[in-house]
Amino acid sequence: MTAPAPAAAPPAKAWKAQTRIELLLTLRRGESVLLTFLIPVVLLAFFANVDVLPTGDGDPIDFLFPGILALAIMSTALVSVAIATGFERQMGVLKRLGATPLTRRQLLGAKTAAVVVIEALQVGVLLIEGFILGFRFSAPSLGLALVGAVLATVAFAGIGLLMAGTLPALTTLAAANGLYLLLLLVSGMVFPLDELPSGLQAVAELLPSTALAQVFHGALGDATVPTSAIVVLFVWAVAAPLAAARWFRWE
Amino acid sequence: MLRTATTLTRMPALEVTDLVITYGDTRAVNGLTFSAEAGEVLAVLGPNGAGKTSTIECLEGYRRPTDGRVRVLGLDPIAQHDRLVPQIGVMLQSGGVYPGIRPIEALELHAAFYADPADPTELLARVGLTHVRRSSWRQLSGGEQQRLSLALALVGKPRVAFLDEPTAGVDVQGRQLIRSTVRELAQDGVCVVLTTHDLDEAEKVSDRVVIIDRGHLITVGTPDQLMAAGGSREIRFGAPPGIDTAALGKVLLAAVHETSPGEYLVETDPSPGNIAALTSWLAEKDLPLADIRAGRQTLEDVFLRMTAITGEVPAVRIDTRSKDSAKARTERLRGRRRSA
Repeated sequence: MTAPAPAAAPPAKAWKAQTRIELLLTLRRGESVLLTFLIPVVLLAFFANVDVLPTGDGDPIDFLFPGILALAIMSTALVSVAIATGFERQMGVLKRLGATPLTRRQLLGAKTAAVVVIEALQVGVLLIEGFILGFRFSAPSLGLALVGAVLATVAFAGIGLLMAGTLPALTTLAAANGLYLLLLLVSGMVFPLDELPSGLQAVAELLPSTALAQVFHGALGDATVPTSAIVVLFVWAVAAPLAAARWFRWE
Repeated sequence: MLRTATTLTRMPALEVTDLVITYGDTRAVNGLTFSAEAGEVLAVLGPNGAGKTSTIECLEGYRRPTDGRVRVLGLDPIAQHDRLVPQIGVMLQSGGVYPGIRPIEALELHAAFYADPADPTELLARVGLTHVRRSSWRQLSGGEQQRLSLALALVGKPRVAFLDEPTAGVDVQGRQLIRSTVRELAQDGVCVVLTTHDLDEAEKVSDRVVIIDRGHLITVGTPDQLMAAGGSREIRFGAPPGIDTAALGKVLLAAVHETSPGEYLVETDPSPGNIAALTSWLAEKDLPLADIRAGRQTLEDVFLRMTAITGEVPAVRIDTRSKDSAKARTERLRGRRRSA
Protein backbone atom coordinates (compact mmCIF):
# COMPACT_ATOMS: atom_id res chain seq x y z
CA MET A 1 0.00 0.00 0.00
CA THR A 2 2.83 2.38 0.72
CA ALA A 3 5.32 1.12 -1.81
CA PRO A 4 7.53 4.10 -2.56
CA ALA A 5 5.99 6.57 -5.02
CA PRO A 6 7.26 9.90 -3.91
CA ALA A 7 6.71 13.21 -5.68
CA ALA A 8 5.42 16.60 -4.60
CA ALA A 9 1.85 17.60 -5.33
CA PRO A 10 1.14 20.56 -7.62
CA PRO A 11 1.80 23.75 -5.58
CA ALA A 12 -1.81 24.97 -5.86
CA LYS A 13 -3.15 21.73 -4.35
CA ALA A 14 -0.84 21.93 -1.34
CA TRP A 15 -1.62 25.63 -0.85
CA LYS A 16 -5.35 25.02 -1.04
CA ALA A 17 -5.27 22.19 1.49
CA GLN A 18 -3.11 24.23 3.87
CA THR A 19 -5.41 27.27 3.54
CA ARG A 20 -8.43 25.13 4.23
CA ILE A 21 -6.91 23.69 7.39
CA GLU A 22 -5.70 27.10 8.62
CA LEU A 23 -9.26 28.42 8.26
CA LEU A 24 -10.87 25.37 9.79
CA LEU A 25 -8.61 25.37 12.83
CA THR A 26 -8.96 29.14 13.34
CA LEU A 27 -12.74 28.94 13.28
CA ARG A 28 -12.65 25.89 15.57
CA ARG A 29 -10.65 27.70 18.26
CA GLY A 30 -13.11 29.26 20.68
CA GLU A 31 -10.70 31.93 21.92
CA SER A 32 -9.95 32.95 18.37
CA VAL A 33 -13.64 33.36 17.50
CA LEU A 34 -14.14 35.28 20.74
CA LEU A 35 -11.32 37.63 19.88
CA THR A 36 -12.00 38.17 16.22
CA PHE A 37 -15.81 38.13 16.10
CA LEU A 38 -17.46 38.37 19.49
CA ILE A 39 -15.43 41.18 21.07
CA PRO A 40 -15.70 43.61 18.11
CA VAL A 41 -19.41 42.86 17.70
CA VAL A 42 -20.13 43.35 21.40
CA LEU A 43 -18.00 46.49 21.69
CA LEU A 44 -19.77 48.03 18.70
CA ALA A 45 -23.24 47.21 20.03
CA PHE A 46 -22.41 48.30 23.57
CA PHE A 47 -20.81 51.67 22.89
CA ALA A 48 -23.27 52.50 20.10
CA ASN A 49 -26.12 52.17 22.59
CA VAL A 50 -24.44 53.31 25.82
CA ASP A 51 -23.31 56.84 25.11
CA VAL A 52 -20.36 57.00 27.52
CA LEU A 53 -17.55 57.63 25.07
CA PRO A 54 -16.41 61.14 24.21
CA THR A 55 -17.16 60.65 20.53
CA GLY A 56 -18.44 64.17 19.87
CA ASP A 57 -21.89 65.49 19.07
CA GLY A 58 -22.93 63.06 16.36
CA ASP A 59 -24.22 59.51 16.64
CA PRO A 60 -21.44 57.47 18.34
CA ILE A 61 -21.80 54.77 15.67
CA ASP A 62 -20.29 57.12 13.09
CA PHE A 63 -17.08 57.22 15.09
CA LEU A 64 -17.23 53.68 16.40
CA PHE A 65 -17.89 51.73 13.23
CA PRO A 66 -14.61 52.56 11.43
CA GLY A 67 -12.69 52.17 14.68
CA ILE A 68 -14.14 48.75 15.43
CA LEU A 69 -13.43 47.69 11.87
CA ALA A 70 -9.78 48.60 12.45
CA LEU A 71 -9.88 46.65 15.72
CA ALA A 72 -11.25 43.60 13.91
CA ILE A 73 -8.42 43.70 11.34
CA MET A 74 -5.88 44.00 14.15
CA SER A 75 -7.38 41.13 16.12
CA THR A 76 -7.04 38.77 13.18
CA ALA A 77 -3.81 39.85 11.51
CA LEU A 78 -1.86 40.53 14.68
CA VAL A 79 -3.28 38.74 17.71
CA SER A 80 -4.74 35.63 16.09
CA VAL A 81 -1.75 35.10 13.78
CA ALA A 82 0.72 35.61 16.64
CA ILE A 83 -0.96 33.20 19.03
CA ALA A 84 -1.68 30.46 16.49
CA THR A 85 1.78 30.60 14.94
CA GLY A 86 3.44 30.73 18.36
CA PHE A 87 1.80 27.50 19.40
CA GLU A 88 2.41 25.86 16.02
CA ARG A 89 6.07 26.65 16.47
CA GLN A 90 6.17 25.35 20.03
CA MET A 91 4.27 22.16 19.18
CA GLY A 92 6.68 21.34 16.36
CA VAL A 93 4.00 21.77 13.69
CA LEU A 94 6.14 24.17 11.68
CA LYS A 95 9.13 21.88 12.07
CA ARG A 96 7.13 18.90 10.84
CA LEU A 97 5.73 20.85 7.87
CA GLY A 98 9.32 21.75 7.04
CA ALA A 99 9.94 18.08 6.22
CA THR A 100 7.05 17.93 3.74
CA PRO A 101 6.97 19.26 0.19
CA LEU A 102 4.96 22.26 1.43
CA THR A 103 7.27 25.22 0.87
CA ARG A 104 7.60 28.21 3.19
CA ARG A 105 6.11 30.35 0.48
CA GLN A 106 3.05 28.09 0.22
CA LEU A 107 2.68 28.08 4.01
CA LEU A 108 2.90 31.87 4.16
CA GLY A 109 0.50 32.12 1.24
CA ALA A 110 -1.97 29.85 3.02
CA LYS A 111 -1.75 31.87 6.22
CA THR A 112 -2.29 35.07 4.25
CA ALA A 113 -5.30 33.66 2.44
CA ALA A 114 -6.81 32.44 5.71
CA VAL A 115 -6.35 35.90 7.27
CA VAL A 116 -7.98 37.57 4.27
CA VAL A 117 -10.98 35.23 4.41
CA ILE A 118 -11.45 35.77 8.16
CA GLU A 119 -11.17 39.53 7.69
CA ALA A 120 -13.77 39.44 4.94
CA LEU A 121 -16.11 37.51 7.26
CA GLN A 122 -15.48 40.04 10.04
CA VAL A 123 -16.17 42.97 7.74
CA GLY A 124 -19.35 41.28 6.54
CA VAL A 125 -20.62 40.68 10.07
CA LEU A 126 -19.71 44.18 11.25
CA LEU A 127 -21.26 45.81 8.15
CA ILE A 128 -24.57 44.12 8.86
CA GLU A 129 -24.38 45.09 12.53
CA GLY A 130 -23.30 48.64 11.68
CA PHE A 131 -26.24 49.15 9.35
CA ILE A 132 -28.65 47.74 11.92
CA LEU A 133 -27.21 50.18 14.48
CA GLY A 134 -27.70 53.07 12.10
CA PHE A 135 -24.30 53.58 10.47
CA ARG A 136 -24.51 55.15 7.01
CA PHE A 137 -21.63 55.83 4.62
CA SER A 138 -21.21 59.44 3.54
CA ALA A 139 -19.18 59.49 0.32
CA PRO A 140 -16.79 56.73 1.32
CA SER A 141 -13.55 56.14 -0.53
CA LEU A 142 -13.48 52.38 -0.45
CA GLY A 143 -10.27 52.18 -2.46
CA LEU A 144 -8.38 54.10 0.20
CA ALA A 145 -9.90 51.95 2.95
CA LEU A 146 -8.80 48.83 1.07
CA VAL A 147 -5.24 50.14 0.69
CA GLY A 148 -5.19 50.88 4.41
CA ALA A 149 -6.54 47.43 5.25
CA VAL A 150 -3.96 45.66 3.07
CA LEU A 151 -1.01 47.65 4.41
CA ALA A 152 -2.22 47.21 7.99
CA THR A 153 -2.74 43.46 7.52
CA VAL A 154 0.80 43.05 6.22
CA ALA A 155 2.19 45.19 9.06
CA PHE A 156 0.19 43.43 11.79
CA ALA A 157 0.98 39.96 10.47
CA GLY A 158 4.67 40.91 10.38
CA ILE A 159 4.54 41.98 14.03
CA GLY A 160 2.55 38.87 14.96
CA LEU A 161 5.00 36.54 13.20
CA LEU A 162 7.96 38.36 14.74
CA MET A 163 6.50 37.70 18.20
CA ALA A 164 5.55 34.11 17.38
CA GLY A 165 8.95 33.36 15.88
CA THR A 166 11.07 34.74 18.71
CA LEU A 167 9.14 34.34 21.98
CA PRO A 168 7.90 31.23 23.80
CA ALA A 169 4.27 30.46 22.92
CA LEU A 170 2.85 31.41 26.30
CA THR A 171 4.74 34.70 26.28
CA THR A 172 3.39 35.38 22.80
CA LEU A 173 -0.11 34.57 24.02
CA ALA A 174 0.16 37.00 26.94
CA ALA A 175 1.97 39.69 24.98
CA ALA A 176 -0.44 39.56 22.03
CA ASN A 177 -3.48 39.85 24.27
CA GLY A 178 -1.84 42.65 26.26
CA LEU A 179 -0.93 44.44 23.07
CA TYR A 180 -4.49 44.05 21.82
CA LEU A 181 -5.90 45.76 24.90
CA LEU A 182 -3.27 48.49 24.91
CA LEU A 183 -3.69 49.29 21.22
CA LEU A 184 -7.46 49.17 21.58
CA LEU A 185 -7.20 51.95 24.16
CA VAL A 186 -4.56 54.23 22.64
CA SER A 187 -5.11 53.93 18.89
CA GLY A 188 -8.22 56.04 18.43
CA MET A 189 -10.33 52.99 17.67
CA VAL A 190 -12.83 53.37 20.52
CA PHE A 191 -11.56 56.48 22.29
CA PRO A 192 -10.83 59.46 20.07
CA LEU A 193 -7.12 60.18 19.78
CA ASP A 194 -7.40 63.82 20.89
CA GLU A 195 -8.67 62.68 24.27
CA LEU A 196 -5.19 61.27 25.00
CA PRO A 197 -2.48 63.31 26.75
CA SER A 198 -0.43 65.05 24.07
CA GLY A 199 2.75 63.06 24.75
CA LEU A 200 0.95 59.76 24.45
CA GLN A 201 -0.90 61.00 21.41
CA ALA A 202 2.37 61.79 19.63
CA VAL A 203 3.61 58.25 20.29
CA ALA A 204 0.25 56.71 19.37
CA GLU A 205 0.32 58.40 15.97
CA LEU A 206 3.36 56.33 15.06
CA LEU A 207 1.51 53.05 15.67
CA PRO A 208 0.07 51.03 12.77
CA SER A 209 -3.16 50.56 14.70
CA THR A 210 -3.65 54.32 15.05
CA ALA A 211 -2.81 54.86 11.41
CA LEU A 212 -5.35 52.24 10.33
CA ALA A 213 -8.04 53.81 12.53
CA GLN A 214 -7.26 57.21 11.00
CA VAL A 215 -7.48 55.81 7.47
CA PHE A 216 -10.82 54.10 8.20
CA HIS A 217 -12.24 57.17 9.97
CA GLY A 218 -11.32 59.29 6.99
CA ALA A 219 -12.17 56.88 4.21
CA LEU A 220 -15.45 55.61 5.64
CA GLY A 221 -16.56 58.70 7.62
CA ASP A 222 -16.31 62.44 7.49
CA ALA A 223 -12.71 62.97 8.62
CA THR A 224 -9.80 63.50 6.26
CA VAL A 225 -7.08 60.91 6.00
CA PRO A 226 -3.75 62.36 7.14
CA THR A 227 -0.95 61.53 4.69
CA SER A 228 1.15 60.64 7.70
CA ALA A 229 -1.18 57.72 8.45
CA ILE A 230 -0.51 56.15 5.05
CA VAL A 231 3.22 56.72 5.47
CA VAL A 232 3.19 55.16 8.96
CA LEU A 233 1.29 52.11 7.68
CA PHE A 234 3.62 51.75 4.73
CA VAL A 235 6.74 51.88 6.90
CA TRP A 236 5.34 49.25 9.28
CA ALA A 237 4.24 47.09 6.35
CA VAL A 238 7.81 47.02 5.07
CA ALA A 239 9.71 46.91 8.35
CA ALA A 240 7.68 44.35 10.31
CA PRO A 241 7.79 41.51 7.74
CA LEU A 242 11.49 42.16 7.15
CA ALA A 243 12.14 41.91 10.87
CA ALA A 244 10.06 38.73 11.05
CA ALA A 245 11.96 37.21 8.13
CA ARG A 246 15.24 38.15 9.81
CA TRP A 247 14.54 36.88 13.32
CA PHE A 248 11.86 34.20 12.96
CA ARG A 249 13.06 30.85 14.35
CA TRP A 250 11.23 27.74 13.17
CA GLU A 251 11.89 25.79 16.35
CA MET B 1 16.77 -13.24 12.86
CA LEU B 2 18.46 -11.71 9.87
CA ARG B 3 15.78 -10.74 7.43
CA THR B 4 16.54 -10.55 3.79
CA ALA B 5 15.31 -7.52 1.93
CA THR B 6 13.22 -8.83 -0.86
CA THR B 7 13.10 -6.04 -3.36
CA LEU B 8 14.90 -3.58 -5.53
CA THR B 9 18.52 -3.21 -6.37
CA ARG B 10 20.68 -2.55 -3.39
CA MET B 11 21.72 1.08 -3.28
CA PRO B 12 22.83 3.26 -0.41
CA ALA B 13 19.67 5.02 0.69
CA LEU B 14 21.68 7.09 3.07
CA GLU B 15 25.30 7.68 3.88
CA VAL B 16 26.80 9.34 6.93
CA THR B 17 30.51 10.02 6.69
CA ASP B 18 32.63 11.38 9.55
CA LEU B 19 29.68 13.33 10.90
CA VAL B 20 30.47 15.87 13.60
CA ILE B 21 27.81 18.00 15.32
CA THR B 22 28.74 20.50 18.00
CA TYR B 23 26.55 22.68 20.18
CA GLY B 24 28.77 25.42 21.52
CA ASP B 25 31.60 23.58 23.20
CA THR B 26 29.79 20.26 23.33
CA ARG B 27 30.42 17.61 20.70
CA ALA B 28 27.07 15.87 20.42
CA VAL B 29 28.24 13.69 17.55
CA ASN B 30 31.87 12.91 16.98
CA GLY B 31 32.96 11.30 13.71
CA LEU B 32 30.05 9.03 12.96
CA THR B 33 30.11 6.89 9.81
CA PHE B 34 27.43 4.46 8.68
CA SER B 35 25.08 3.80 5.78
CA ALA B 36 21.79 2.08 5.05
CA GLU B 37 20.22 0.55 1.98
CA ALA B 38 16.78 0.38 0.46
CA GLY B 39 14.61 -2.26 2.09
CA GLU B 40 16.66 -2.18 5.26
CA VAL B 41 15.62 -1.31 8.79
CA LEU B 42 18.47 0.40 10.58
CA ALA B 43 18.18 0.96 14.31
CA VAL B 44 20.28 3.72 15.80
CA LEU B 45 20.65 2.61 19.35
CA GLY B 46 22.07 4.49 22.26
CA PRO B 47 21.30 5.86 25.70
CA ASN B 48 19.66 9.26 26.13
CA GLY B 49 21.99 12.02 24.99
CA ALA B 50 24.02 9.70 22.77
CA GLY B 51 23.46 11.93 19.72
CA LYS B 52 20.74 9.87 18.02
CA THR B 53 18.30 12.71 17.40
CA SER B 54 21.06 15.11 16.34
CA THR B 55 22.20 12.58 13.77
CA ILE B 56 18.69 11.93 12.44
CA GLU B 57 18.01 15.66 12.25
CA CYS B 58 21.04 16.09 10.01
CA LEU B 59 19.65 13.45 7.67
CA GLU B 60 16.24 15.12 7.71
CA GLY B 61 17.82 18.46 6.83
CA TYR B 62 16.91 20.19 10.09
CA ARG B 63 20.47 20.51 11.24
CA ARG B 64 23.64 21.44 9.41
CA PRO B 65 26.58 19.13 10.16
CA THR B 66 29.47 20.93 11.82
CA ASP B 67 31.74 18.67 9.84
CA GLY B 68 31.49 15.56 7.69
CA ARG B 69 28.96 14.61 5.07
CA VAL B 70 25.43 13.25 5.00
CA ARG B 71 23.58 12.12 1.89
CA VAL B 72 20.05 10.75 1.62
CA LEU B 73 19.20 9.12 -1.71
CA GLY B 74 22.37 10.76 -2.97
CA LEU B 75 21.09 14.22 -2.08
CA ASP B 76 22.34 16.86 0.35
CA PRO B 77 19.45 17.21 2.85
CA ILE B 78 19.89 20.99 3.15
CA ALA B 79 21.16 22.15 -0.25
CA GLN B 80 18.79 19.82 -2.14
CA HIS B 81 15.96 20.04 0.37
CA ASP B 82 13.22 20.59 -2.21
CA ARG B 83 14.20 17.50 -4.19
CA LEU B 84 14.60 15.35 -1.12
CA VAL B 85 11.50 16.13 0.98
CA PRO B 86 8.96 14.47 -1.34
CA GLN B 87 10.94 11.24 -0.96
CA ILE B 88 11.28 11.08 2.81
CA GLY B 89 8.86 10.56 5.67
CA VAL B 90 9.55 11.98 9.10
CA MET B 91 8.24 11.05 12.51
CA LEU B 92 9.43 13.51 15.14
CA GLN B 93 10.13 12.39 18.68
CA SER B 94 7.06 14.28 19.82
CA GLY B 95 4.48 16.78 18.60
CA GLY B 96 4.44 18.04 15.04
CA VAL B 97 0.67 18.05 14.71
CA TYR B 98 -1.89 20.86 15.20
CA PRO B 99 -3.48 20.32 18.64
CA GLY B 100 -6.98 20.93 17.32
CA ILE B 101 -6.77 18.81 14.16
CA ARG B 102 -8.47 15.44 13.78
CA PRO B 103 -6.47 12.39 12.65
CA ILE B 104 -8.26 12.10 9.32
CA GLU B 105 -7.86 15.83 8.66
CA ALA B 106 -4.15 15.67 9.45
CA LEU B 107 -3.69 12.75 7.07
CA GLU B 108 -5.71 14.43 4.32
CA LEU B 109 -3.69 17.61 4.74
CA HIS B 110 -0.36 15.82 4.46
CA ALA B 111 -1.68 13.68 1.60
CA ALA B 112 -2.35 16.90 -0.33
CA PHE B 113 1.36 17.70 -0.28
CA TYR B 114 2.22 14.63 -2.40
CA ALA B 115 1.43 13.72 -5.98
CA ASP B 116 0.50 10.10 -5.32
CA PRO B 117 -0.21 9.73 -1.60
CA ALA B 118 -1.48 6.70 0.29
CA ASP B 119 -5.21 6.69 0.95
CA PRO B 120 -5.76 8.53 4.28
CA THR B 121 -8.71 6.37 5.33
CA GLU B 122 -6.84 3.13 4.65
CA LEU B 123 -3.74 4.41 6.39
CA LEU B 124 -5.78 5.42 9.42
CA ALA B 125 -7.18 1.90 9.61
CA ARG B 126 -3.72 0.42 9.18
CA VAL B 127 -2.44 2.22 12.28
CA GLY B 128 -5.62 1.33 14.15
CA LEU B 129 -7.04 4.82 14.62
CA THR B 130 -10.34 4.57 12.79
CA HIS B 131 -12.24 4.72 16.07
CA VAL B 132 -10.71 8.09 16.99
CA ARG B 133 -10.81 9.65 13.54
CA ARG B 134 -13.09 12.45 14.78
CA SER B 135 -11.19 13.19 18.01
CA SER B 136 -8.71 16.03 18.05
CA TRP B 137 -4.99 15.39 18.41
CA ARG B 138 -4.92 16.72 21.94
CA GLN B 139 -7.60 14.19 22.96
CA LEU B 140 -5.56 11.21 21.74
CA SER B 141 -3.49 9.11 24.13
CA GLY B 142 0.29 9.21 23.83
CA GLY B 143 0.29 5.93 21.94
CA GLU B 144 -2.42 7.09 19.54
CA GLN B 145 -0.50 10.28 18.87
CA GLN B 146 2.59 8.22 18.06
CA ARG B 147 0.61 6.03 15.67
CA LEU B 148 -0.81 9.08 13.91
CA SER B 149 2.69 10.53 13.63
CA LEU B 150 3.80 7.28 12.05
CA ALA B 151 0.91 7.40 9.57
CA LEU B 152 1.82 11.00 8.70
CA ALA B 153 5.38 9.88 7.98
CA LEU B 154 4.08 7.26 5.54
CA VAL B 155 1.31 9.13 3.73
CA GLY B 156 3.68 10.39 1.02
CA LYS B 157 4.89 6.83 0.26
CA PRO B 158 8.48 7.71 1.11
CA ARG B 159 11.62 5.92 -0.02
CA VAL B 160 13.30 6.66 3.28
CA ALA B 161 11.43 6.92 6.59
CA PHE B 162 13.00 8.47 9.69
CA LEU B 163 11.31 7.42 12.90
CA ASP B 164 12.62 9.07 16.04
CA GLU B 165 11.72 6.92 19.08
CA PRO B 166 8.60 5.55 17.36
CA THR B 167 7.45 3.36 20.24
CA ALA B 168 8.23 5.68 23.15
CA GLY B 169 5.22 5.78 25.43
CA VAL B 170 3.28 3.29 23.31
CA ASP B 171 1.44 0.33 24.83
CA VAL B 172 2.22 -3.27 23.93
CA GLN B 173 -0.34 -3.62 21.12
CA GLY B 174 0.66 -0.27 19.67
CA ARG B 175 4.29 -1.27 19.77
CA GLN B 176 3.59 -4.48 17.89
CA LEU B 177 1.56 -2.60 15.32
CA ILE B 178 4.36 -0.11 14.79
CA ARG B 179 6.91 -2.93 14.50
CA SER B 180 4.87 -4.84 11.96
CA THR B 181 4.33 -1.65 9.98
CA VAL B 182 8.07 -1.04 9.95
CA ARG B 183 8.70 -4.58 8.69
CA GLU B 184 6.10 -4.14 5.92
CA LEU B 185 7.76 -0.91 4.86
CA ALA B 186 11.09 -2.66 4.54
CA GLN B 187 9.48 -5.40 2.47
CA ASP B 188 8.15 -2.69 0.17
CA GLY B 189 11.74 -1.53 -0.32
CA VAL B 190 11.63 1.44 2.01
CA CYS B 191 14.75 2.25 4.00
CA VAL B 192 13.64 2.76 7.59
CA VAL B 193 15.91 4.49 10.08
CA LEU B 194 14.68 4.44 13.62
CA THR B 195 16.26 5.63 16.80
CA THR B 196 15.59 3.85 20.03
CA HIS B 197 17.00 3.28 23.45
CA ASP B 198 14.88 0.16 23.71
CA LEU B 199 17.18 -2.78 23.08
CA ASP B 200 14.38 -5.23 22.70
CA GLU B 201 12.90 -3.15 19.93
CA ALA B 202 16.19 -2.91 18.06
CA GLU B 203 16.62 -6.68 18.35
CA LYS B 204 13.12 -7.44 17.11
CA VAL B 205 12.64 -5.01 14.27
CA SER B 206 15.97 -4.10 12.72
CA ASP B 207 18.17 -5.66 10.08
CA ARG B 208 21.17 -3.79 11.33
CA VAL B 209 21.99 -1.89 14.49
CA VAL B 210 24.25 1.11 14.90
CA ILE B 211 25.19 1.55 18.54
CA ILE B 212 26.32 5.01 19.51
CA ASP B 213 27.25 6.43 22.85
CA ARG B 214 28.14 10.03 23.64
CA GLY B 215 28.44 10.82 19.95
CA HIS B 216 30.81 7.97 19.16
CA LEU B 217 30.11 4.97 16.97
CA ILE B 218 30.46 1.90 19.15
CA THR B 219 29.63 -0.81 16.67
CA VAL B 220 27.56 -1.70 13.60
CA GLY B 221 26.13 -5.05 12.64
CA THR B 222 23.09 -7.27 12.39
CA PRO B 223 21.55 -8.12 15.75
CA ASP B 224 22.76 -11.71 15.20
CA GLN B 225 26.33 -10.65 14.50
CA LEU B 226 26.39 -8.39 17.52
CA MET B 227 24.92 -11.01 19.79
CA ALA B 228 27.26 -13.73 18.53
CA ALA B 229 30.29 -11.48 18.83
CA GLY B 230 32.38 -12.31 21.84
CA GLY B 231 30.93 -15.85 21.95
CA SER B 232 30.40 -15.66 25.66
CA ARG B 233 31.34 -18.69 27.75
CA GLU B 234 28.22 -18.87 29.78
CA ILE B 235 24.94 -20.66 30.21
CA ARG B 236 21.90 -18.81 31.43
CA PHE B 237 18.79 -20.52 32.62
CA GLY B 238 15.56 -19.83 34.44
CA ALA B 239 14.38 -22.09 37.30
CA PRO B 240 12.62 -21.65 40.64
CA PRO B 241 14.32 -19.07 42.87
CA GLY B 242 16.68 -20.13 45.60
CA ILE B 243 18.16 -23.36 44.23
CA ASP B 244 21.44 -24.54 45.74
CA THR B 245 23.95 -22.81 43.44
CA ALA B 246 26.93 -24.11 45.40
CA ALA B 247 25.89 -27.72 44.91
CA LEU B 248 25.21 -27.16 41.23
CA GLY B 249 28.57 -25.39 40.89
CA LYS B 250 30.33 -28.49 42.25
CA VAL B 251 28.63 -30.68 39.67
CA LEU B 252 29.43 -28.36 36.77
CA LEU B 253 32.88 -27.39 38.06
CA ALA B 254 32.04 -23.72 37.52
CA ALA B 255 30.66 -20.74 39.36
CA VAL B 256 26.88 -20.44 39.38
CA HIS B 257 25.15 -17.15 40.23
CA GLU B 258 21.53 -16.31 40.79
CA THR B 259 21.56 -12.96 38.95
CA SER B 260 17.99 -12.19 39.95
CA PRO B 261 15.39 -14.38 41.63
CA GLY B 262 14.94 -17.37 39.33
CA GLU B 263 17.57 -16.23 36.79
CA TYR B 264 20.83 -18.14 36.84
CA LEU B 265 24.20 -17.74 35.20
CA VAL B 266 26.79 -20.51 34.90
CA GLU B 267 30.30 -19.41 34.04
CA THR B 268 31.21 -22.30 31.82
CA ASP B 269 31.42 -23.30 28.22
CA PRO B 270 27.95 -23.98 26.80
CA SER B 271 29.00 -27.39 25.53
CA PRO B 272 26.41 -30.13 25.07
CA GLY B 273 28.07 -32.02 27.92
CA ASN B 274 27.74 -29.14 30.36
CA ILE B 275 24.14 -28.52 29.32
CA ALA B 276 23.32 -32.19 29.77
CA ALA B 277 24.91 -32.13 33.24
CA LEU B 278 22.89 -29.07 34.15
CA THR B 279 19.58 -30.45 32.98
CA SER B 280 20.09 -33.85 34.59
CA TRP B 281 20.99 -32.18 37.91
CA LEU B 282 17.74 -30.21 37.70
CA ALA B 283 15.85 -33.40 36.81
CA GLU B 284 17.28 -35.20 39.83
CA LYS B 285 16.10 -32.40 42.09
CA ASP B 286 12.75 -32.34 40.27
CA LEU B 287 13.24 -28.66 39.44
CA PRO B 288 11.40 -27.31 36.37
CA LEU B 289 13.50 -25.51 33.77
CA ALA B 290 11.87 -22.25 32.59
CA ASP B 291 14.33 -21.50 29.79
CA ILE B 292 17.92 -21.96 28.84
CA ARG B 293 20.21 -19.83 26.74
CA ALA B 294 23.70 -20.78 25.78
CA GLY B 295 26.56 -19.24 23.85
CA ARG B 296 24.53 -16.31 22.70
CA GLN B 297 24.07 -12.94 24.36
CA THR B 298 21.11 -10.67 24.12
CA LEU B 299 21.57 -7.32 22.47
CA GLU B 300 21.31 -5.93 25.95
CA ASP B 301 24.45 -7.79 26.99
CA VAL B 302 26.26 -6.52 23.93
CA PHE B 303 25.06 -3.03 24.51
CA LEU B 304 26.11 -2.88 28.12
CA ARG B 305 29.48 -4.37 27.32
CA MET B 306 30.05 -2.09 24.34
CA THR B 307 28.98 1.12 25.95
CA ALA B 308 30.81 0.22 29.13
CA ILE B 309 34.08 0.32 27.16
CA THR B 310 33.80 4.05 26.69
CA GLY B 311 33.38 4.83 30.35
CA GLU B 312 30.74 4.38 32.97
CA VAL B 313 27.78 2.26 32.10
CA PRO B 314 25.00 4.52 30.84
CA ALA B 315 21.50 4.49 32.20
CA VAL B 316 19.48 2.36 29.85
CA ARG B 317 15.80 1.63 29.99
CA ILE B 318 15.15 -2.02 29.58
CA ASP B 319 11.63 -3.02 28.82
CA THR B 320 11.84 -6.75 28.66
CA ARG B 321 13.56 -7.64 31.88
CA SER B 322 13.44 -6.42 35.41
CA LYS B 323 15.73 -3.59 36.44
CA ASP B 324 17.31 -5.89 39.04
CA SER B 325 18.55 -8.27 36.43
CA ALA B 326 19.98 -5.45 34.35
CA LYS B 327 21.70 -4.03 37.37
CA ALA B 328 23.15 -7.36 38.34
CA ARG B 329 24.44 -7.90 34.87
CA THR B 330 25.93 -4.43 34.83
CA GLU B 331 27.71 -5.07 38.07
CA ARG B 332 28.97 -8.37 36.81
CA LEU B 333 30.32 -6.68 33.69
CA ARG B 334 32.03 -4.07 35.81
CA GLY B 335 33.56 -6.76 37.93
CA ARG B 336 34.76 -8.60 34.87
CA ARG B 337 36.34 -5.44 33.52
CA ARG B 338 38.14 -4.83 36.75
CA SER B 339 39.53 -8.32 36.82
CA ALA B 340 40.57 -8.15 33.16
